Amino acid sequence: MSSLVIAEHDNSSIKPSTLNTISAALACGADVHLLVAGHNAAAAAAAGAQITGVGKVIHVDHDSLGHGLAENVTAQVLALASGYSHILFPATVYGKNIAPRVAAKLDVAQVSDITKVLAADTFERPIYAGNAIATVQSLDATKVLTVRTTAFDPAASTGGSAAVETVAAQSASADVQFLGSEIARNDRPELTAAKIIVSGGRALGSNEKFMEVMTPLADKLGAAMGASRAAVDAGYAPNDWQVGQTGKIVAPQLYIACGISGAIQHLAGMKDSKVIVAINKDIEAPIFSVADYGLEADLFTAVPEMVQAL
Amino acid sequence: MKILVPVKRVVDYNVKVRVKSDGSGVDIANVKMSMNPFDEIAIEEAMRLKEKGVATEVIAISCGPAACSETLRTAMAIGADRAVLVQTDDELQPLAVAKIIKALMDKEQVGLVILGKQAIDDDCNQTGQMLAALTDRPQATFASKVEVADGKVKVTREVDGGSETLHLSLPAIITTDLRLNEPRYVTLPNIMKAKKKPLDTMSPADLRVDTTPRIKTIKVVEPPARAAGIKVADVAALIDKLKNEAKVI
Repeated sequence: MSSLVIAEHDNSSIKPSTLNTISAALACGADVHLLVAGHNAAAAAAAGAQITGVGKVIHVDHDSLGHGLAENVTAQVLALASGYSHILFPATVYGKNIAPRVAAKLDVAQVSDITKVLAADTFERPIYAGNAIATVQSLDATKVLTVRTTAFDPAASTGGSAAVETVAAQSASADVQFLGSEIARNDRPELTAAKIIVSGGRALGSNEKFMEVMTPLADKLGAAMGASRAAVDAGYAPNDWQVGQTGKIVAPQLYIACGISGAIQHLAGMKDSKVIVAINKDIEAPIFSVADYGLEADLFTAVPEMVQAL
Repeated sequence: MKILVPVKRVVDYNVKVRVKSDGSGVDIANVKMSMNPFDEIAIEEAMRLKEKGVATEVIAISCGPAACSETLRTAMAIGADRAVLVQTDDELQPLAVAKIIKALMDKEQVGLVILGKQAIDDDCNQTGQMLAALTDRPQATFASKVEVADGKVKVTREVDGGSETLHLSLPAIITTDLRLNEPRYVTLPNIMKAKKKPLDTMSPADLRVDTTPRIKTIKVVEPPARAAGIKVADVAALIDKLKNEAKVI
């Protein structure tokens, strides 16, 4: 029994989500191999070989793999799939895009967002925005899984010394072409890996106010910035800041929710945070029911006051 | 070009579900049901493509019990021209749904399938990608912009840190993200009109699709509750607690 973990990477380094996924693969009780499919990705493959718990790195390099297109990465995974009992992806934008494609090609089900490995074929996963936890058993020969990264500790990124095996790339799809990307430069910690997150809701009222009020607090705390769905919907914050059932799932040491009412779908994304602070002027807001520390106050005065006091 | 839009009937997003005491699932009896929100965005996008003259016909489909016909009527009230209900009371998992949609896609000679990225009940986020795999067609998930021209579709996708743009040959599979559009309100005249639009019913067997579940649910439990917190009087008290009690800053 071996597991294949599909590495999320940027061709030069391995993304933290891969480390959590490796831990889940180790919990499945199998030998863990890491696939690094990319373009000029030797550095990422070398970094993968250093991760504790990785038995072998399989490196496949081609210009059609540089942007992680689902069609092309799937072809690489399928070429290797017969050797593995488990194929795991991080449950991130990257992994969620590819894993179901691999599963359907293998004619097997995919188990999404596993939070616990109970046996090699039995997993826990949240459903209904985390309001219920299902224990599910995969009846297929190959288990294709996506892993909720916040539910597994990261594997150590050093200490390993796996061999790197290079394999030839499969042919690329002619039906899809990558035209370009617009990625905002961001010096803040990644939302899903941050120790502290400051998050804003609809109460901020506008994009300008959101940035003006929330940024100094994030700067002071070295925090990542998040937002509720309502704030993203209203255009106050970028889409990839959205914390919730259909956005990012986070579990930082400290989550500070400012002007967020706490809709079911938002709580689903942050209620596993270690310490939750809620600042809201509506004492009835559901966010207070999950907050360790609740401050009933107008965020427009409380947040600047916090920045002053820190 | 025909556009196919699968829609799912789910527990309304405002309802906090209860887990059944025997651990067999969640209790959805007498709970408000609605169209999955991302599927509404999918229907809206299909309508906009029709209004631009890109699409000739928008077909809504749903898989599940007879009550899914209500969801299909909503889709037709938004504007879908007709609907297909693939009716079954059996549990349907994403792979089976993808196979059903593939069968309809082959039958209807569809140019584009637009799906919600994720259903808010099982939170799987799989069906669109599986459909793309089964039909061997290109996919663009988490779409925030869709433009069709010259037999191709240009899709902007939401990714970490920003967006990326792909060019796909048709037929193609697209899944919607939140910011793709804001669905229109359904008006009463359109609800009345939708009642007269054609709705075909068939079974998975009619389409020769085996829907046997591949994943067995062993039990469903409530998540552990968070211990109740405390209220603090002011910012100074809050910072004191974070520094000295929680020790997180």
